[in-house]
Amino acid sequence: MTNPSSPAITAVDVRKSFGDNVVLDGLEFAVEQGSVFALLGPNGAGKTTMVRILTTLLDADRGTVRVAGYDVRREPDAVRDVIGVTGQFSAVDDLLTGRENLALMADLHHLPHGPGRERVGKLLEQFELTDAADRMAMTYSGGMRRRLDLAMTLIGAPQVIFLDEPTTGLDPRSRRTMWEIVESLADDGTTVFLTTQYLDEADKLADQVAILDRGRLVAEGTAQELKQQIPGGRIDVQFADTDAQLVAAAALGMPVADQDPLSLQIPTDGNVATLRRVLRDLDDAGVDVVDLAIHTPDLDDVFFALTGRGADPAQSTTEEEVHR
Amino acid sequence: MTSTYALRDSATMLRRDLRHLQRYPGLSLYPIFMPVIFLLLFVYVFGGTLGNGITVGGGRSAYLNFLAPGLVVFTVAGAAQITAISVAKDMTEGIIARFKTMRIWRPAVLAGHVFSSLALTLISLAVTVATALLIGYRPAANPLHWLAVLGLLTLLAVALIWLSVAFGLIAKSVETASNMPMFLLLLPFLSSAFVPVDSMPAGFRWFAENQPFTPITDAVRSLLANQSAGSAGVKAIVWCLAITAASYVWARYLYNRRPAN
Repeated sequence: MTNPSSPAITAVDVRKSFGDNVVLDGLEFAVEQGSVFALLGPNGAGKTTMVRILTTLLDADRGTVRVAGYDVRREPDAVRDVIGVTGQFSAVDDLLTGRENLALMADLHHLPHGPGRERVGKLLEQFELTDAADRMAMTYSGGMRRRLDLAMTLIGAPQVIFLDEPTTGLDPRSRRTMWEIVESLADDGTTVFLTTQYLDEADKLADQVAILDRGRLVAEGTAQELKQQIPGGRIDVQFADTDAQLVAAAALGMPVADQDPLSLQIPTDGNVATLRRVLRDLDDAGVDVVDLAIHTPDLDDVFFALTGRGADPAQSTTEEEVHR
Repeated sequence: MTSTYALRDSATMLRRDLRHLQRYPGLSLYPIFMPVIFLLLFVYVFGGTLGNGITVGGGRSAYLNFLAPGLVVFTVAGAAQITAISVAKDMTEGIIARFKTMRIWRPAVLAGHVFSSLALTLISLAVTVATALLIGYRPAANPLHWLAVLGLLTLLAVALIWLSVAFGLIAKSVETASNMPMFLLLLPFLSSAFVPVDSMPAGFRWFAENQPFTPITDAVRSLLANQSAGSAGVKAIVWCLAITAASYVWARYLYNRRPAN
């Protein structure tokens, strides 16, 4: 890296189309060295395409992308030398054992035999794969494969790591393990660029979050800054009958128009005092509550707030067609 | 710049591919035993009759003598078929994308397939030749001619393997990849490998005389009979080099092209 204070990744006016389909429409962002950057968006937003451009797998139609100071188009080998990539789909060799997969990576990073094998052993241990080290990867569970995949990415001690949806399809426990690994990477000063569909993941891991929607960045900032742009959560209350709903609405001073006749959605800032007040008001009015759920903001809300559409791509397509 | 690692990376990929062959015996045993079955089938089932057409009253042993060189060439074609399947299978795996994001010598992935296929071909050849010797084939070739046969068959193997690599890369699925090189197995039947070309009807004969497997088979047959390969040898070498060059360029282009999505 030429200048220690320069950003680890910069993207300027990145555009990419596949035929008539514009996938990236002028993306701009910068990722500071040693930080975790999350690109958040639904399926089909263009996240993977952006990762493929950053990792030299795909050329952008226009724009400049630099990783660790190197232009990905003109100096792809210099970029490949300093990055590690864990794609959305498993990139382990099924017919090799875990240990052989890692040894393969050590050899391809041109590590000398002794230190290379030593690093393989350490990574197996660090990723809790020692017991399964000599089994073929095809026998691994989803979480083990993902850990092996990431361990393979780390063999070359990359400066910048790209993780494309690292926890999609994982069970909650594996997901948590993955988060811990990413956090420890960040603690070691590695720059991490990750994509995700989950707001809580971006919230938990990222210093900086950018929201991608149909090839455009619709918001960027810390998770905290973004959450302030989102309207607060709500309390969903279910009633036994329409009368109860009307009484409750009156007690809370809410309109009932456009609502489900058996429920109320009460906006809330999520704090306990508000919840207590709502419950007390309902109690005072003598309303029987069948069910109550507290809804905290999620990606859907973020999307709705920022784009006026839901995060579900199928849903957005239908809405788009209605507008025409 | 990365070409300084050409040998090392190719050797790493070769080790990987050899391990695949070892762990996936269903694929690697096929090209070893298929020619043996053909050899036994043709010699013992068809050979009694076919041999009489080669030499009057020659019978089975005359046919074995005629067929063995052709079957050796057929073995090379059979082994190359496996390359397309293993390349196509590899390209469907995420690990290829990983290789492409690493600073390694790019053609190393393909080189690994070529060399492991070559190793498989040589093993298949050894088994075919051993079987032929075991059932009574007695070639007259001296060591120098044997060496020439090995050289020519290696040239042919490299040519057909590179062609098969390109087939594996262009195939959309492993299933198509296994069908594409099928014609490689058909071509020896339409050459001088199984029966003399002049016994064929005019159209077939014209095709047989002008396709690569005839001069290659003729050259191998002459060398094993301890004769000079003559003009067939020259034609065979030219064919092999031309197929290798064209297939290599094609395969490299297919491997390096940026995907459409």
